Amino acid sequence: MFKGIMGLLAGAWALAEPAAGQTQPETQQIRAAVLRVDVQGLPPISRLDLPPEDLGFAGARLAIDDNDTTGRFMGQDFEAVEVTATPGTALAELDRIIADGIQFVVVLADDATTLALADQAGDRAMLLNARARGDRLRGADCRFNTIHVAPSHAMLADALAQFLMWKNWPDWLLVPGSHPEDQALAAAYRRAAAKFGATIVEERVYEDTGGARSTDSGYVQVQAQMPVFTQRAPDHDVLIAADESDVFAPYLPYLTWDPRPVAGSAGLVPRSWHPAMEAWGATQYQNRFERMANRPIREEDYQTWLALRIVGEAATRTGSADPAELRDFILSDQFDVAGFKGQKLTVRDWDHQVRQPILLTTGPVTTSVSPQDQYLHQTSALDTLGLDRPETECSFREAP
Amino acid sequence: MKHILALAPALAVLAADPALANRVFVTNEKGNDVTVLDSDTLEVLGAYPVGNRPRGIAISPDGTELYVCASDDNLVRVFDPETMEELHTLPSGPDPELFVLHPSGNPLYIANEDDNLVTVVDVKTKQVLAEIPVGVEPEGMGISPDGRIVINTSETTNMAHFIDAETYEIVANVLVDSRPRFAEYNHDGTKLYVSAEIGGTVSVIDPATQEITKKITFEVPGVLPEAIQPVGVRVTSDGSKVFVALGPSNRVAVIDGATDEVKDYLLVGQRVWQMAFTPDEKYLFTTNGNSNDVSMIDVASEEVVKSVPVGQQPWGVVVAPD
Repeated sequence: MFKGIMGLLAGAWALAEPAAGQTQPETQQIRAAVLRVDVQGLPPISRLDLPPEDLGFAGARLAIDDNDTTGRFMGQDFEAVEVTATPGTALAELDRIIADGIQFVVVLADDATTLALADQAGDRAMLLNARARGDRLRGADCRFNTIHVAPSHAMLADALAQFLMWKNWPDWLLVPGSHPEDQALAAAYRRAAAKFGATIVEERVYEDTGGARSTDSGYVQVQAQMPVFTQRAPDHDVLIAADESDVFAPYLPYLTWDPRPVAGSAGLVPRSWHPAMEAWGATQYQNRFERMANRPIREEDYQTWLALRIVGEAATRTGSADPAELRDFILSDQFDVAGFKGQKLTVRDWDHQVRQPILLTTGPVTTSVSPQDQYLHQTSALDTLGLDRPETECSFREAP
Repeated sequence: MKHILALAPALAVLAADPALANRVFVTNEKGNDVTVLDSDTLEVLGAYPVGNRPRGIAISPDGTELYVCASDDNLVRVFDPETMEELHTLPSGPDPELFVLHPSGNPLYIANEDDNLVTVVDVKTKQVLAEIPVGVEPEGMGISPDGRIVINTSETTNMAHFIDAETYEIVANVLVDSRPRFAEYNHDGTKLYVSAEIGGTVSVIDPATQEITKKITFEVPGVLPEAIQPVGVRVTSDGSKVFVALGPSNRVAVIDGATDEVKDYLLVGQRVWQMAFTPDEKYLFTTNGNSNDVSMIDVASEEVVKSVPVGQQPWGVVVAPD
């Protein structure tokens, strides 16, 4: 079906040629790779969150379809090679990709691996980070060759903070997990509280004591543990869980000692994308994805799609397939891309983070989208989310 | 409701203004109905259920048939504009959003947003004449005044596709800025205006060469640039004024049709998308989706005269011909 349409489009393009009085240029090839670094770990708390085999890759396939549809009219052909690796093999796989002549690599990995890959690539390739959320990766550890398509912890925390302040819920009980990445996320919430005038009434760490995720008696112990864990907290409006490691947050709603809503890693969750998002033309995007992948979309798919659309958009606008030219255009103030979020998405020049609205979701629906209207900014309302130019700890060592 | 309708023509006759009152039809996307207004008194004559998720709306040149894209019903519903009774339906292809009627009144060219197609439907025989593959997410539909070229804009491919109205073949593609939403010719067919919602621009295209001759940009003091999102475009029949609805900036831009320079910004309701003139072009109506109202602009004085509450999330608008 799709092939047939493509054939017709190509025919239509050829028809247009005589009118324009040009000869058909040679088709330009724009190549990219998607490198997904999988870590063996415990299964997620909920089976609904089990990662599909094609996580991220499905988003890449949709992006290539979208890029190619425009490409047929422009004489451009897009490709994304799909590579899986472990933290041990990731650097070698990256070298192989670069040796194959590819200079745009979408990376789905944790913070440490993403940083190692950036340093391995050096000036040989541009990385597009489609998973890692750490603020350090965009701050002290920033690299010129990395564009962060995934939103940062700071952006997600600020997005939630703006909504909670609008809701007039300024007193927060912060519950971080015990892993370093949980602590990093908690730091983002502390920062957001200071930035928007919220008060963290207490911080209570939830220790990960290990063990299996699912047991035959299921909820019984959890139902007893969670109320006890959250009792005798100072007065608060909302509990914020900072559980990047997926250890406890989904158990909190309805099991807190005090009847308070949960936000952060469970309850009202800030996200880059959600499979029920329907505004701004997203319905058609969701339908296209679901028809192709036979499953609802994940954030990793959206972020990978957006990363490859960024490359595709640059190729369309410049009419070029030269990676250096595309990179320079993406990083210039001329660049923007549409991502079904109601406004153009651009790249911050101080840390190469993609500016984007953040969805606040509760289970099946989008509850709100930040930035909230009340928060103003002198250049872009999107810069009320995350680390703004004056705050950044990023300084690119060299701009090649 | 029935007797309000019966009274309406009488009221129009009694009105002091000699201008003929016309019915204004507004689709309410969330309300699943059409609000009917009197263009003279701005009185709400009624609200009528029209199917699920009504968006695009058009009326036949003789004023006898009202066409509504019922997006979630995957068809076009046809109503008697006088009684608002459903006459029949037309096949539309999946998820019809916007359409354009041939100047002769037939056929109807429909953008199927979910299927990368433009569907051509004969409004008399109710037959699908053609399905034309276009770019990703077709939305805006325009037609040249001579009826020979149909324009479709595809929102994710970011192009205006020029389609031969006879052969249904794409004859040219013009790359515009991000998320093109609407295409509108001026009345002598010498210019084509294509709005880009995310790009924030309106491209002025020379239809003869299919080249962009100018990009209109917008700047409203005190409004963040990302809120300026051009959608609907309307041009007066003398070509002297172009109106562009600027979405969540809550403004309509007034553009000099000779120079294509912005003259003014008019504050209307929230998230203004589509617009329609009265037949005498004295007034322009705008749909303000997030404030549930329509604004009426006086075209000569370029002032917003009044706003009228309609249904939930007004989307499209059309005014009956004289």
